[in-house]
Amino acid sequence: MSKTLFDKVWDSHIVESIENGPDIFLIDKHFIHEVTSPQAFEELKRKNLKVFDPGKIIATVDHNVPTLNQHLPIKDELSKNQVEKLKLNCLENDIDLFGLGNPNQGIVHVIGPELGITQPGMTIVCGDSHTSTHGAFGAIAFGIGTSQVAQVLASQCLLLNKPKKMRISINGKLNKNVTPKDIILYIISKLGTNGGTGFFVEYSGDVFEKMSMEGRMTICNMSIEMGARGGIIAPDEITFKYLDNREYSPKGDQLKSKIETWNKLKTDKNAIFDQEHSFNASDIYPMLTYGTNPGMGMKYNDKIPNHNNKSDLRSLDYMGFKSGESLIGKKINYVFIGSCTNSRIEDFRLVAKYIENKRKADNVNALVVPGSQKVLNQIKKEGLDNIFTDSGFEIRQPGCSACLGMNEDKIPPGELCVSTSNRNFEGRQGPGSRTILSGPILAAATAIHGKIVDINNE
Amino acid sequence: MSNKKINIIDSSAVPIPIENIDTDQIIPARFLKATSKLNFGENLFRDWRFKSNNEVNNDFILNNPLFNGNILLAGANFGCGSSREHAAWAIKDYGFDVVISSFFADIFKMNALNNNILPIQVNNKLLKYLFDEVFKNPRIKIKIDLPEQILIINDKSIKFDVDNYKKMCLMNGYDDIDYLISKKDLIKDFIKDQ
Ligand code: SF4
Repeated sequence: MSKTLFDKVWDSHIVESIENGPDIFLIDKHFIHEVTSPQAFEELKRKNLKVFDPGKIIATVDHNVPTLNQHLPIKDELSKNQVEKLKLNCLENDIDLFGLGNPNQGIVHVIGPELGITQPGMTIVCGDSHTSTHGAFGAIAFGIGTSQVAQVLASQCLLLNKPKKMRISINGKLNKNVTPKDIILYIISKLGTNGGTGFFVEYSGDVFEKMSMEGRMTICNMSIEMGARGGIIAPDEITFKYLDNREYSPKGDQLKSKIETWNKLKTDKNAIFDQEHSFNASDIYPMLTYGTNPGMGMKYNDKIPNHNNKSDLRSLDYMGFKSGESLIGKKINYVFIGSCTNSRIEDFRLVAKYIENKRKADNVNALVVPGSQKVLNQIKKEGLDNIFTDSGFEIRQPGCSACLGMNEDKIPPGELCVSTSNRNFEGRQGPGSRTILSGPILAAATAIHGKIVDINNE
Repeated sequence: MSNKKINIIDSSAVPIPIENIDTDQIIPARFLKATSKLNFGENLFRDWRFKSNNEVNNDFILNNPLFNGNILLAGANFGCGSSREHAAWAIKDYGFDVVISSFFADIFKMNALNNNILPIQVNNKLLKYLFDEVFKNPRIKIKIDLPEQILIINDKSIKFDVDNYKKMCLMNGYDDIDYLISKKDLIKDFIKDQ
C-alpha cells in the first residue's frame, strides 16, 4: 500500500497497537528543558522509577535564562531554582546537559538541528509545543505535556492515537521580501488557528523543495499555530548536506548508508491524505498579524479585515486596532528579533543585510537574541555583531527571551512590539504587551524607521 | 485537588464565552517557575481575574459569585498555544473536573486527560444552548455521566465521545505511565530489533 512520509516514520515506531485503543509509540530523541521537566522527574521519584535510557535524552536551559551576564548567578530565585533542579536531575540520571556557559547551549529547537541530533526518520518529543520545528528534517516531532515527559523518561514510549494527515502544497515564484515566516503566517491566516487540529501536516511543492533547512524549520515550527501536532518535510539533498559534519550526525560510510535509508522516506506517489490544500507562491506577500492569535494575519499593507465575531472584536480591542485600518505608518517602539522561529544564522544575515549602514530610529528598542551560542559565535565570525551594534541594535546572549517574557526581557504594558516570534497572544511578551508578528526583514525595517513601512515600495 | 477518579458529576457551570483561549491566558508564563504541581489554581486566568494593579477585575466571570461549580464552559479552540501542562494543573487545582467546549487543542486535551479532567466536545449549537441556559440561570445543573457518556441538562440527554482507553483511565484514576511500565520488556525487545 502507498504510504506517506508520515506513515512510514509512524508505522516503524509502533511497539504495539492496543485493540480499540492507542499505539505504544517509541520515541528516539527526547529534549528536555528547565520549565516543563521538574515535575516529571518528581513523578518518577514518587513512583520509584528509573530513567529508561538517559542516552536518548538531551537537556538544555532556554526558557527562563537571562540574556545578559550569563556567567553570573541568575538573580531571579525561582528561575535559578529551576535551572539548578535541571542540573541536579541530569546529574542524578546521567543525562547530557548543555547548561549556561556550555558552547552548545541555546533554544532547544535551535540546538537539536544544528548539532545534528535531529535526523530524518526519527521520532522526537519535548515538553514544548514548538518541537514541531524538527519535522523540517523528515522526523515526526511534536510537543508533549509534563505527564508525557514523565512517560517518555520512564519508558521511552507514549500512548498515542495516530493523527490524520494533511498535505499543504505551494508552488511557483515568491514575491519580493517574502521569507519562510511570511509563508507560514500566510498559511495560518488561510486555515485558521484550529485548521490543523488533529492533523500532521506535510509541506510539499517546489517552494519547500528549494528552501534552506533554516527556512524549513521556520515553517514546521509554526505548524502548531494552526493547531497541527506537527509539520514534516521530506528529507532531500539539502537536508543531507546540512547534516554533513555536524557534531552528532553520522559520519563517512555510516552517513552514506543512512542517506540510502532516508531517501526511501518520501511520500509514495499514490499515497492518500485526509486533507489537501494548495496555494500559489505568487499570492504570498510579507505578512503581519493584527490580532491576538497567529491566524489573524494579513498582507503587510492590506487593511485589517472586517470582523463580527465577539472574540475577534475583543482581540482587535486589545491590540487597539480597528477593521479597515492599515498598519502602515503605525509607530512602533519595540522590535524583537529572536525565538525558535527566527533566530538562526540565516535570519540574522537577512537582518544585517537590511540594516547595514542604516541606524535604528531613536524611539525604537531593537533586541537581537540569537537562538544558540553557536549562532552567536557565527554572528561574530561573520562580523554581523558590528553591523547590529553600529545600527543601534542590542545583541544579547541566547535564550527564549522576549518570546515569552519569563526572564527580564519583557515588552512594557500597552506597547506594540514587532516580533519575529510565533505567538501574539495577549500579554505573551509581558503583561499588557501587544505583539505584531512578522518575518525578519519587516522587523528590521520597522526598527530602522520606528514605524511599519511599505517595504516593497521603499 | 478535587477528586481523582471521575464518574458522575452533577454541578453548575462557569461560562467563559471566549474563543481561542490559549494556555498563556489560562496560566501566564511568569507563573511557570515552580518545580511542583501545586497551587497553580491561584493564578488561573491571572491576567483576566486581576487588573494590572492587582485589583480584582469584577468584570471577569470567575470573580462573579453567581457562577461556580466544577464544570468550565468555554468557547471554541480551548487550550491552544503552548503545551504547558501547568494550564491543566491550574484548572484542576481551581476545582474544575470537566471542561466543555466545541473544540479543543490537541495537546491541551491530552494534558487534561492526563490530569483527570474530562474534556467534552459538543457541537456549536449545543455549546450556544449551554451558554444561554447557564447565563439565564447560573444555578442550573449539568449532569455528566461518564460511564454512560451522556450530558444531561433540563432533562435532555446528549451523548458525548470519549476515547475508550482514556475513559477507563479516568474512571479508575489510572495513569498511562503505569501501563507503559508494564510493557517495559516488550519495549526493550522492540528497540533491540530495530
Ligand atoms: S523561543 Fe519561544 S516558542 Fe520557542 S521554545 Fe522558547 S518560548 Fe517556546
